[in-house]
Amino acid sequence: MVDRKKVTYRQALNEALHEEMAFDENVFILGQDIAGGAQNKAPDEFDAWGGPFGVTKGLVGKYGKSRVRDTPITEGAIVGCAAGAAASGMRPIVELMFIDFLGFCLDQIMNQASPMRYMFGGKAKVPMVMRTMIGGGFQAAAQHSHSCHSLLVHLPGLKLVTPSTPYDAKGLLKSAIRDDDLVIFVEHKGLYDTKGPVPEEEYLLPLGKGEIVREGTDITIVAFSKMVLIAYEASVKLEQDDISVEVIDPRSMSPLDEELILNSVRKTGHLIVVDEDNPRCSIATDVVALASSKAFDSLNAAPKMLTPPHTPVPFSPELEKFYLPNADKLVELVKETVPAHA
Amino acid sequence: MDKMTEVTTEPQKETTTFADIDHAMGLRMYENMRRVRDFDEAVHELNAAGELPGFVHVYVGEEGIASGVMTAINDDDYITSTHRGHGHCVAKGVEMDGMMAELYGRVTGICKGKGGSMHIADFSKGMLGANGIVAGSTPIAVGAALSAQMRNSGQVAVCFFGDGATNEGIFHESLNLASIWDLPCIFVCENNGYAQTTATSYAMNVKDLAVRAKSYNIPGVIVDGQDIIAVHRATKKAAERAREGKGPSLLECKTTRFYGHFEGDNLKYRDPNEAIEARKRDPLVLFADNVAPAIGVTTDEMKVIDEKVADVIKKAIEFGRSSPFPSPEDCLNDVYVNY
Repeated sequence: MVDRKKVTYRQALNEALHEEMAFDENVFILGQDIAGGAQNKAPDEFDAWGGPFGVTKGLVGKYGKSRVRDTPITEGAIVGCAAGAAASGMRPIVELMFIDFLGFCLDQIMNQASPMRYMFGGKAKVPMVMRTMIGGGFQAAAQHSHSCHSLLVHLPGLKLVTPSTPYDAKGLLKSAIRDDDLVIFVEHKGLYDTKGPVPEEEYLLPLGKGEIVREGTDITIVAFSKMVLIAYEASVKLEQDDISVEVIDPRSMSPLDEELILNSVRKTGHLIVVDEDNPRCSIATDVVALASSKAFDSLNAAPKMLTPPHTPVPFSPELEKFYLPNADKLVELVKETVPAHA
Repeated sequence: MDKMTEVTTEPQKETTTFADIDHAMGLRMYENMRRVRDFDEAVHELNAAGELPGFVHVYVGEEGIASGVMTAINDDDYITSTHRGHGHCVAKGVEMDGMMAELYGRVTGICKGKGGSMHIADFSKGMLGANGIVAGSTPIAVGAALSAQMRNSGQVAVCFFGDGATNEGIFHESLNLASIWDLPCIFVCENNGYAQTTATSYAMNVKDLAVRAKSYNIPGVIVDGQDIIAVHRATKKAAERAREGKGPSLLECKTTRFYGHFEGDNLKYRDPNEAIEARKRDPLVLFADNVAPAIGVTTDEMKVIDEKVADVIKKAIEFGRSSPFPSPEDCLNDVYVNY
């Protein structure tokens, strides 16, 4: 029996997929290695992987190879295929294994699925989810460590969510699957083994609504995905310096819970945005621009960002450690930003 | 295990009889082609007169393909289309009033003036969208075919695209996916000899695109696109095969566009004789000369159709012209959230 207080992010996602496939027979999953072994006959052989990190493990045995559909390595075709299936009555969940492979399917996202509803006069529904994975920290180097979600936030017509906890992962994935627009569901590969409470009973979380992870009065830290954990860790450390940090997890980048962020900034007068994407033209610059343009009078100092430098993700552990944001860097940045208490 | 790898050629009407085409089907074919032709001839003139905004690509000369396909599939079957998509829309039964109003950018347009010529869609008619991205719709048709297969609905999805699309990676990915899953998908290549200005003879090293089917172990059929009967028959065969669960087919319909790539094209890259020669093989004329007499469709019957279609198009133009523009703020709706 799973301790419901210690459910992993991976397990939470798996539960959401199980529940939604049982809830709606039009829900199906397609992606590379999501069962892993489609060519085999015996169930334990065709469920070899359950995705590269085991998120889809056990689904094929219950729902069959048609609804849990291994595909060739053909990102453009499977994302477009999902759009076509969504436009004709199904609710596909397509897995883009690593967000680094986005280039292969970008046309299907930016010219096909995301503008469809608008360019067809509001009559077309495209109820599809694209699950994908971001994140460094695994010495996977420049082509398997991207967190380039801001590229997609740039596009109108799609939703993009970035769950940071098992609870959020399950509730947001269930909502994403039931949503009638394209939802990009961004998981962080460094979160799959994290644990947290997930209720036994069913629940949904609204897309586009963030939460205050920790209340504080001196500074607002807006953090996304795994960076929420770093922000929380920094906020605990900063207690010793008598700095009260408010940690905001918007949970979605599109749509963005602007009011939640602005209300917090208006209260604290300081803002740092933490994200793992490249710094230029990013969700971090977007949130800084939001606060600067809509809460300027409340700001006591220039808003700041903690992101990696504007370089590709390096390989060597020493280089990658330098590259990635962490709690210590955040603590230093907060101390630079907030004046010392007298 | 080979399914069917050989590339075949659909016999042309000169070499066959018309036992499979009855009088009613003949009338339907003629009316369908006439609607497609006259709609885009009207668009051609309206564009030249400066009445229509935006990029416009007309289908004139290629009617045998859209009409040949659409008279061979069912109303609830799916199609995806291209930048040269008016013909596919009209042939599939999308209302011309809404189409014309869309081309005029009016709020009464089929997409409320938000799509325009290259994005006409009507899901209620199984028309999943024209498409401004070459080869962009190929996986979407595959997805519609997968949807039909999973729902066991008996529907097929027809994917229209041009010769240029067959050099895009996504085209090959789509054929492969449709092939390995035996999807009820018919890939219809409208090979009009040019991808914008670039001739197929320059852009690829094969004479017949149908051979590209071989790589995916599916039938590849070379069809005379000016011959509606040949297109109709090839589509029927492919649709039967698809509905029987035997998988996709690739039809290469050889054709010629009478006008340029887009309205305003100077056509300097093409020998003027090509259009002159092509007009000798006008699909409507070929039908009237060869098919109609053989199946008992009379000149009078065709004349009645001509008049009826002219009237529908005249009304569509009036509807487009007289409809109001959207209000500027309409720009902001029809996405899930307003920014």
